[in-house]
Amino acid sequence: MIQLKNIRKAYQTGYNRLEVLKGIDLHLKEGAFASIMGSSGSGKSTLLNILGILDEYDEGEYRLDGKLIQGLSQTEAAQYRNRFIGFVFQSFNLLPFKTAAENVALPLYYQKVDRNERHKRAVEYLDMVGLADWSDHLPTQLSGGQQQRVAIARALITQPKVILADEPTGALDSKTSYEVMEIFKKVNNDGMTVLIVTHENDIAAMTRQVIRLRDGLIESNGSPVAATPNTPGHD
Amino acid sequence: MLLDRDSWQEILATLKKHKLRTGLTALGVFWGIFMLVFVLGMGKGLENGVFRGFGERAKNIMFVWPERTTMPYQGFQPGRYPTFRLDDIEAIQETLGDVQHVAPRLSMNNVPVYRKEIGETREIRGELDNMIKVEALKLFTGRYINERDIEEARKVAVVGQRTAELLFGEEEPIGQYIRVQGVEFQVVGTFGPQQVKPWTESDMEAIVIPLTAMYRTFGTGERIDYFVCMAQPNVLVSQVEPQVKDLLKKRHHIHPEDPRGVGSFNLENEFLSITNLFGGIQAFLWFVGIGTLLAGIVGVGNIMLITVKERTKEIGVRKALGAPPSSIVRMVLAESVLITATSGYLGLIVGTFLIWGVSSLMRANDVVLDNFHNPEISLSVGIGSVILLTLSGVIAGAIPARHAARVNPVVALKDE
Repeated sequence: MIQLKNIRKAYQTGYNRLEVLKGIDLHLKEGAFASIMGSSGSGKSTLLNILGILDEYDEGEYRLDGKLIQGLSQTEAAQYRNRFIGFVFQSFNLLPFKTAAENVALPLYYQKVDRNERHKRAVEYLDMVGLADWSDHLPTQLSGGQQQRVAIARALITQPKVILADEPTGALDSKTSYEVMEIFKKVNNDGMTVLIVTHENDIAAMTRQVIRLRDGLIESNGSPVAATPNTPGHD
Repeated sequence: MLLDRDSWQEILATLKKHKLRTGLTALGVFWGIFMLVFVLGMGKGLENGVFRGFGERAKNIMFVWPERTTMPYQGFQPGRYPTFRLDDIEAIQETLGDVQHVAPRLSMNNVPVYRKEIGETREIRGELDNMIKVEALKLFTGRYINERDIEEARKVAVVGQRTAELLFGEEEPIGQYIRVQGVEFQVVGTFGPQQVKPWTESDMEAIVIPLTAMYRTFGTGERIDYFVCMAQPNVLVSQVEPQVKDLLKKRHHIHPEDPRGVGSFNLENEFLSITNLFGGIQAFLWFVGIGTLLAGIVGVGNIMLITVKERTKEIGVRKALGAPPSSIVRMVLAESVLITATSGYLGLIVGTFLIWGVSSLMRANDVVLDNFHNPEISLSVGIGSVILLTLSGVIAGAIPARHAARVNPVVALKDE
């Protein structure tokens, strides 16, 4: 599903060139449930940005479901994000003036799906995360855990290729964190590829593959199934 | 700009969230358009008031009279007074195609006019049938002098409104007789100036009789004092002026280079300078109005910029979820156009309403001001300002929209 080949990325800061990713090779199969761990500065945010088509890489090759993601215009990138990727953010990032259902339906709006159809599907997905009764509530009327579940429903509604979650439990207490992770598990059991960035060991332990980053390189890849580092070529 | 219900809902939601800010921003544009409309309408009132002084028609006229010559020519000595006659009038009318009307006048002053025992001395004017077509005169009752009156030298008179009131009081003057220097004339109509001004007082009091009747009855000699010349509608009277003067100089043996001999006054020049003046005033008013509007637009642009900054996170999230830049641009532009168009339209309505109110109040109370009359907003100003509004909304939104489109979706992932 996700193929990274020798991904390199550097930022120019004044006269200094800061190399953040120094050659990442990674292969995530369809239906993978992986977590990325690493201290700050390890490059995990940059990697997530690249995986989420929010940022470009300098060298290498990124294939998402076989499609080469390279040199896209802003509009194309937006389309790819909309169709292929479901984002879950640490601070939920729900639009405060929209109801839960409207928030969930938002990605479909950019697919120009009819309004009624959008609402119908949004309620279905809210039902899936156990919030059908809350569809008319504003985010401020929901608890943190509920908000994150709404955000997961929003990520799922376009039936993307992969869910990218950036510290999805970072703002939640551990009980709620586990509830949210249960939902990810369930989603993964239904066949969805899920990639979670986290710095909490217990959260990472709940996934089936742990990728550790250090100084812009993959230090270890804890899954026996996935490709091991430094062995390029998985087409 | 076509947007669906969701986009409008979102825009309205954000505007509602910042009621005071939206209101103050809208006030800027409202005031701008209101000032533009109001000031232009009042300017139009001023213009209408001044142009009304010219009368409703015949702005294309000149006056011609004889003057003492200053140069010897064809054996004639300087210092001679040429006499203009009816055949000069006919010659002008026949030879100069650019001339529409030539209206001569010969006046006798301080002529005793009686009706029964009531009497007064008045100016008697000998005219053809056409003076009322070129001067700012109007008929109150009856008719003016006509061609048959001229041909038959009938003893008929058109009496100035005020004189008619003096002589006849409440009675109907038409059909009655007045004695002009002892000669009976039948009244066929009453007339007066289109507007009462200090210089049109005499039109209220004068008595007009056929020029031919004047010659025959009072022995004035077949001359005229001056004539009024009106150019054809598509010809400027300033082009006709030298033609008329050259013709008269030739007919009266006046040196072609003589600056005197034939005197003339051309209303077009006056008219042009006033037209130019109002052109200038109007340009100035547009400048001021648009300037005020511009200040409003800058306000909108400023607020939109703040709004975009405030919503950076939201825009980032939208982009991460798949919003193309164009949809973000549309959103910002729509919001800006909505504010400017709504408030500006309101300003247009209030401004128009106020002008209309002033205008109808003046009419209802019969207020007649010398230099102010019938303020109005022309359709073109209305349409122009609506176009201006939409355009200014787009301009006000353009820079903020560009900023919004440039928001990096990565901000959605950043947590403060």
